[in-house]
Amino acid sequence: MKRLLPRLLLAPAVLSLFAWMVVPLVMTVYFSVVRYNLTIPGPRVFVGLENYRYFFTDPAFLTAVLNTLILLGSVIGITVVLGVALALLIHEPFPGRGAVRLLLIAPFFVMPTAAALMWKFMMMNPIYGVLAQISQAFGAQPVDWLTTYPLLSVIVIVAWEWLPFACLIFITALQSLDQEQMEAARMDGATAPQRFWFLTLPHMARSMAVVTMIEMIYLIGVFAEIFTTTSGGPGNASTNVAFLIFKDALMNFDIGVASAGALFAVVLANIAAIFLLRVVGRNLD
Amino acid sequence: MKTPLHWLALRTVVAWLATLVLVFPLLWLVMTAFKTEVQAIATPPLLLFKPTLQNFATVNAQSDYLRYARNSLVTSLGSTLLGLLIAVPAAYSMVFFRTRRTRDMLMWMLSTKMMPAVGALVPIYLVAKFTGLLDSLIGLTTVFTMTNLPIMVWLLYTYFKDIPNEILEAARMDGASVWKEFRHVILPLGVGGITSTALLAIVLSWNESFWSLNLASFKAGTLSTLIASYSSPEGLFWAKLSAASVLAIAPIIVLGWFSQKQLVAGLTFGAVK
Repeated sequence: MKRLLPRLLLAPAVLSLFAWMVVPLVMTVYFSVVRYNLTIPGPRVFVGLENYRYFFTDPAFLTAVLNTLILLGSVIGITVVLGVALALLIHEPFPGRGAVRLLLIAPFFVMPTAAALMWKFMMMNPIYGVLAQISQAFGAQPVDWLTTYPLLSVIVIVAWEWLPFACLIFITALQSLDQEQMEAARMDGATAPQRFWFLTLPHMARSMAVVTMIEMIYLIGVFAEIFTTTSGGPGNASTNVAFLIFKDALMNFDIGVASAGALFAVVLANIAAIFLLRVVGRNLD
Repeated sequence: MKTPLHWLALRTVVAWLATLVLVFPLLWLVMTAFKTEVQAIATPPLLLFKPTLQNFATVNAQSDYLRYARNSLVTSLGSTLLGLLIAVPAAYSMVFFRTRRTRDMLMWMLSTKMMPAVGALVPIYLVAKFTGLLDSLIGLTTVFTMTNLPIMVWLLYTYFKDIPNEILEAARMDGASVWKEFRHVILPLGVGGITSTALLAIVLSWNESFWSLNLASFKAGTLSTLIASYSSPEGLFWAKLSAASVLAIAPIIVLGWFSQKQLVAGLTFGAVK
């Protein structure tokens, strides 16, 4: 009784998560080695690695991988650099700091579809968008962002959404910075850049690593922002791996190929997850 | 040593400028929501105008806004309740009946959240399709519950861990049953943690935009689905899109402000302390 009850309490969570993650994973592995297209009736034939070959030799594949990496790298770079800068800016008191903090966080709570369409139309529209109007005011030719720089546009939108998240984490990290040590360094004549480089930055290295890993995990799956703005186009210019899998699965109904791609995405995410789990595990005790 | 005044002034100005640039799109969205469609695309852009509430009425009449809002409410509240029902006992069991395997179990749960959703898209879509749960509130609620469950268990675990074990031991000495112990000790002491966890789950479900785009459309679509449908409409629609967005975003931003600490803790899996 004493040992049964704790297990009973835990069982729903464990079993449902098992059904949610492990079962689909097994199904995906199975689908990835059979020929299975929803539009073509007939038995599912074992085809070995043919789906993988198809997915990996799809001309869109290399573009999608490259786009995924560029998106990841750029958004992480932008949010870490600007996030640290913003955190340094607002971590010490100034008039209106509370209001600034509230406002800065707001973009993170905007649902991705709303954020993406707001940028697509109100900001990036080549005629009526605010960005076009500003460039015209300066006498420059307005840019059709989504067709000329589709991937960059997606990067801007996603970075705008994730900057508050990074900033919040960096503010938390700054709060635990040893102020006495800072003061001592100042007394010893260390300049502000020196203090930043030798004290603040090393102190924040850990949270920067964490932000990088976590954004990697979430940004591999960027979907809604692409779906509502560029639909992966023009051509495949803004298609990432997640969107390519979506296209294979729900537009071409090729379950086999989509499953092969899905396993590729899982492997990609696991690279970040392994490192992150180590940090998480250390903090758990 | 006090900061010189000009330094403070400069920092204040720069901080406010940066903030205004970053939230400008949102402010613009709110302004556009109160313009007429013609004013919304005026060149040069209108800064001063007579606000109208027309868009909010039109959005509701045209796109059945209230139905999507109800779907969002049902799925986010439903998945949060269901999630609590599963996660609270699990976290309780993990904290107060700790075994050697508890830590690994928790790590495994968190690791499921690190899988990209697209990795499970095909099987989940097919299961939903063949069970008739595609575009249904039950299907979407279940999916939302599962996406948030690892984070909920983990957050509750950290909250319950702060409850001193002595209190529980005292209750057990007095012969309290597990249910009584839970009802009279854990629940009152953990109510703050449970509320924060629920708040976070509501925010995350409300904004969820992968499964709601792939599994739901006309019948079970959430506000996220409705807004996505504005992605290629015809005619003038910016003011209406803005009004629909403002209505969808405003309540959750307020909730979000209250739950930002949990949000960071939940989304980072506790990797930041």
